[in-house]
Amino acid sequence: MIPELGQLALLLALAAALIQGTLPLVGAARNRADWMALARPAAQVQCVLVAFAFACLASAFVRNDFSVLYVAEHSNTSLPLAYRIAGVWGGHEGSLLLWLLMLCGWMLALARFSRSIPAPVVARILAVMGLIGAGFLLFMLVTSNPFERIVPVPPNGNDLNPLLQDPGMVVHPPMLYMGYVGFSVAFAFAIAALLGGDLSAQWARWMRPWTTAAWCFLTLGIMLGSLWAYYVLGWGGWWFWDPVENASFMPWLAGTALIHSLAVTDKRGAFKSWTVLLAIVAFSLSLLGTFIVRSGVLSSVHAFATDPKRGVFILSFLVIVIGGSLLLYAWRAPKVGLGARFEMVSRESMLLVNNVLFVVAMLSVLLGTLYPLLLDALDLGKISVGPPYFDTVFLPLMAPVLFLLGIGPLARWKQAELPALAKRLRWAAGVAVLATLAAALVAGRITLGAAFGVLMSVWIVASIATDLAHRLRPIGPAPVSLWTRIQTLPRPLLGMMLAHVGVAVFAFGVSMVRTYEVERDVKMQTGDTTEVAGYVFTLRGLRNVKGPNYDAVQAVVDVRRNGTPVALMHPEKRTYRVQGTALTDAAIDRDIARDLYVSLGEPVEGGAWIVRIYVKPFVDWIWGGCLLMALGGALAASDRRYRAKQASEATSPITATLATGASA
Amino acid sequence: MKRWHLVVPLVLFVLLAAFLWRGLRLDPREVPSPLVDKPAPAFSLTRLDDASRTVRRDDMLGKVWLLNVWASWCEACRTEHPTLVSFAKSGTVPIVGLNYKDTRTEGLGWLARFGDPYAMSLFDEKGRVGIDFGVYGVPETFVIDKQGVVRFKLIGPLTPELIATKIQPLLKSLGDA
Repeated sequence: MIPELGQLALLLALAAALIQGTLPLVGAARNRADWMALARPAAQVQCVLVAFAFACLASAFVRNDFSVLYVAEHSNTSLPLAYRIAGVWGGHEGSLLLWLLMLCGWMLALARFSRSIPAPVVARILAVMGLIGAGFLLFMLVTSNPFERIVPVPPNGNDLNPLLQDPGMVVHPPMLYMGYVGFSVAFAFAIAALLGGDLSAQWARWMRPWTTAAWCFLTLGIMLGSLWAYYVLGWGGWWFWDPVENASFMPWLAGTALIHSLAVTDKRGAFKSWTVLLAIVAFSLSLLGTFIVRSGVLSSVHAFATDPKRGVFILSFLVIVIGGSLLLYAWRAPKVGLGARFEMVSRESMLLVNNVLFVVAMLSVLLGTLYPLLLDALDLGKISVGPPYFDTVFLPLMAPVLFLLGIGPLARWKQAELPALAKRLRWAAGVAVLATLAAALVAGRITLGAAFGVLMSVWIVASIATDLAHRLRPIGPAPVSLWTRIQTLPRPLLGMMLAHVGVAVFAFGVSMVRTYEVERDVKMQTGDTTEVAGYVFTLRGLRNVKGPNYDAVQAVVDVRRNGTPVALMHPEKRTYRVQGTALTDAAIDRDIARDLYVSLGEPVEGGAWIVRIYVKPFVDWIWGGCLLMALGGALAASDRRYRAKQASEATSPITATLATGASA
Repeated sequence: MKRWHLVVPLVLFVLLAAFLWRGLRLDPREVPSPLVDKPAPAFSLTRLDDASRTVRRDDMLGKVWLLNVWASWCEACRTEHPTLVSFAKSGTVPIVGLNYKDTRTEGLGWLARFGDPYAMSLFDEKGRVGIDFGVYGVPETFVIDKQGVVRFKLIGPLTPELIATKIQPLLKSLGDA
């Protein structure tokens, strides 16, 4: 009975979404306040219904109701409760429902926190989101109904994919989807601006916190996915340029360009139509990501659901949404205007370079991901694209980004003087060079990549420190405490600095791991010892362990350095009983300066095992950097200025800039 | 002001959509290979584990063999690998690896880590032989008969099911011939 209620809720939600997507739009065009006012309640009704449907599916999982096909395919009575709940989004249908739930969450937040935005704008924004919701509801109801029953009812379920039975995987998809779907808000703002023909700096200010928030979620989602791949896939890599990873990375690149271009639109009223285009592109790529993962157009190891029939629906949906909005863009963009002028050397021009580089990087990832398909569709031949392509194309594009990151935030808006900039940054440059030389001395050997990574990381941090010192210098005769002076700094500025430090930390971690990681595959028997990078690993013994739904061989590995114990590690090789799949559970000893990573390979004759041992210096900095970026974004998005009442915002963008200082 | 540039994104997207549409119609596993029932392209490659030993196509004449294209950077190869390892253990047919666009160190390290099912691996650093074989992506598997004629081509990972339903019946008929 409960699953049928869930299905009914989805049908009703579709009706609510259609109302939300049409009437307010017409109302905004004809200036009918009563029709526009429908947007908020319709969104709320849709949200309640979708949340109810989601709860119905979750309850089917919790109650082990295997009469529901989706539950039977993705759960099992022996699956722990937490994973039964996570199983809701362990497959295609449930992932869509989660996507929709996230969309509703964003709509609800928008309906709640948009009092300061004029009614026609809110009506248009919510209507666009309603239409997106309607498209996804239709997709679910037509091709992927999560509530479909199965007769006869199987006695037990097929179990959740063991790769997904992991705390990281419980959190990763919701975060990623929050990010994907969050860009729908920016998209809806862009469409509303095109429809209304108005794109003021004020409009950019409304849009900024939403976009930044979505970007934070996406950053966290990608970070968690990478972390998950690192310890679950068992070969110690953190990024594989896999199509599914690229699918989440492309919207991130476009979104990063978008938040920077929005800064220009907000502060200087420039880059207007470019911002609109980026907002459309960022969300289009989120949809494309869904398409790539779900349609099977590109098969990949971790595309968990592939069904070409669904692909036809998603592609049609993509054509309508993306094609439609780009058509609207081509037609209406001249209306939104160009904005203020700026000089060759200015913060605008540097942000423009940032934007161009990010967009080119995004296009190169897109090309690499779709290249095999494109060539084949043209009958031009067959080719495969692997990490070598991405490394050679992507890294040179990011190098100037890192370099400019040290300069851009210190350059003035509208017009900056190169000699003055060089003078302000000479200390930062000196510190960076010295730090690189010191690093080379300490490490004993250094590669070009590592040298560049250290140089750029220190350069970025030193430049931020220069900026901060300049802003915090005492002004006037009255002594003000440092803490008070820090508090007067605008939050978006601090957020930007924090996120940029995150970039430096990330770049440092990447260059260290790529250069200095040590990897050893050894055959070990109980009692055997091997030394890797100064650490002595001893296999103390092997034992059998019984998990709730798997059996495992667990190794006990003792690690010492110079005779003192460092860690006791327990890598496992698990066999999940229901599906019979084997899974490597790596043991990781984390430390700020290095990770020790031990995983079990294959058993060999004589009771020995192939053991993979890695020592990865500074690998956690990679995710730490991502975390800092997300925190910085959150700090910037939380600024009160964005929530200020409409009345106080009649000031022009120029005076606003003067009033708040040249912040992010 | 000219407005034509505003249409550029739309045009690009329409092109992309057309390709994706075409892509949906393609099943990558069903791409017909012009090579099937033709003699395998001639090649002369060194062994992955020994740069001084060269192997030519004609060295393989007289026996039925499997050519499996792999690379250490290839994700799907890892999925396929356990299947290959257990199939090699059955000793049905020699499996020759074609290490495609890789380096010797990475390739050998990969084999050491995940097990080596291959009678030998040929080292195709630049992917030239791969091009001759019409390699579309990695992994791919070819069945080549005693006369050096390609009898079957599979794009994508081998599965135990494919081995049982496609490869083994074919090997049986080739072995009798």
